[in-house]
Amino acid sequence: MERIPILQMGDFLLVTIQVDMHDQLALTLQDDLSERISKTSARGVLIDISALDMVDSFIGRMIGMISGLSRIMDAETVLVGMQPAVAITLVELGMTLPGVSTALNVERGMALLRERAYSQ
Amino acid sequence: MNVCSSGTQGIHIEQDVVLARQMARKLAQDRGMRLIDLTKLVTAVSELARNTMVYGGGGDMDWEIIEDGARTGLKLTFRDEGPGIPDLKLAMTDGWTSGGGLGLGLTGAKRLVDDFELDTAPGAGTRVTIYKWT
Ligand SMILES: Nc1ncnc2c1ncn2[C@@H]1O[C@H](COP(=O)(O)OP(=O)(O)O)[C@@H](O)[C@H]1O
Ligand SMILES: [Mg+2]
Repeated sequence: MERIPILQMGDFLLVTIQVDMHDQLALTLQDDLSERISKTSARGVLIDISALDMVDSFIGRMIGMISGLSRIMDAETVLVGMQPAVAITLVELGMTLPGVSTALNVERGMALLRERAYSQ
Repeated sequence: MNVCSSGTQGIHIEQDVVLARQMARKLAQDRGMRLIDLTKLVTAVSELARNTMVYGGGGDMDWEIIEDGARTGLKLTFRDEGPGIPDLKLAMTDGWTSGGGLGLGLTGAKRLVDDFELDTAPGAGTRVTIYKWT
């Protein structure tokens, strides 16, 4: 079965979404990620969407769910690399992604995660 | 309004939603649509194609390249012979979903395109037509 890889970087997990995602793949990612968070006791999850040329309400909902799930498991989620055209479209679509932090790129996202995870 | 070319993309399985998006992107790109409008169009297509598959039980996306005076654009029609939408006003409310969605597909798609027509009746299927000019 096709899967989106999850990389471990220290206390954090990095998910790079690269394919034109269809629904089943999105749901599998959600399951995989929750399992990995619990197995590795990760403190944070970085979702890199710089390769995505659109984010619809399905993917948006999934991002929101991952973020909520991470919070319950005591991990932070930061969304990185959203393309400007995608961001503008998301606003017009009416999706606000409440509670999801964003950063410009992976590097800044990691910095943000470190700050959050170790300031508690 | 002049139709320059046309075709149909079936929407029956999940992968077809991806194909519908790719088809719309290619058609719009070939006509020189700018990135921001392209992104809006493809996002609307994703929402409507998913509705066709999930709620309509599958159907088709008809595409047409149209000319109207000096403008060129894309006309896309998503049609299915599913249950139809019993309460259109409710369905066109931000945040309303009969399933587990966010309820932003129809309303969001409408905001993302230049023109939006919805034709549905209980038991008579659903037809959504969108226009985006380049
Ligand atoms: N093609 C369709 N056939 C039947 N019902 C539909 C169709 N498209 C949309 N609907 C109805 O309209 C509601 C709102 O759709 P939408 O705005 O896309 O939100 P969501 O998909 O998140 O539920 C759906 O929950 C469904 O009840
Ligand atoms: Mg929908």
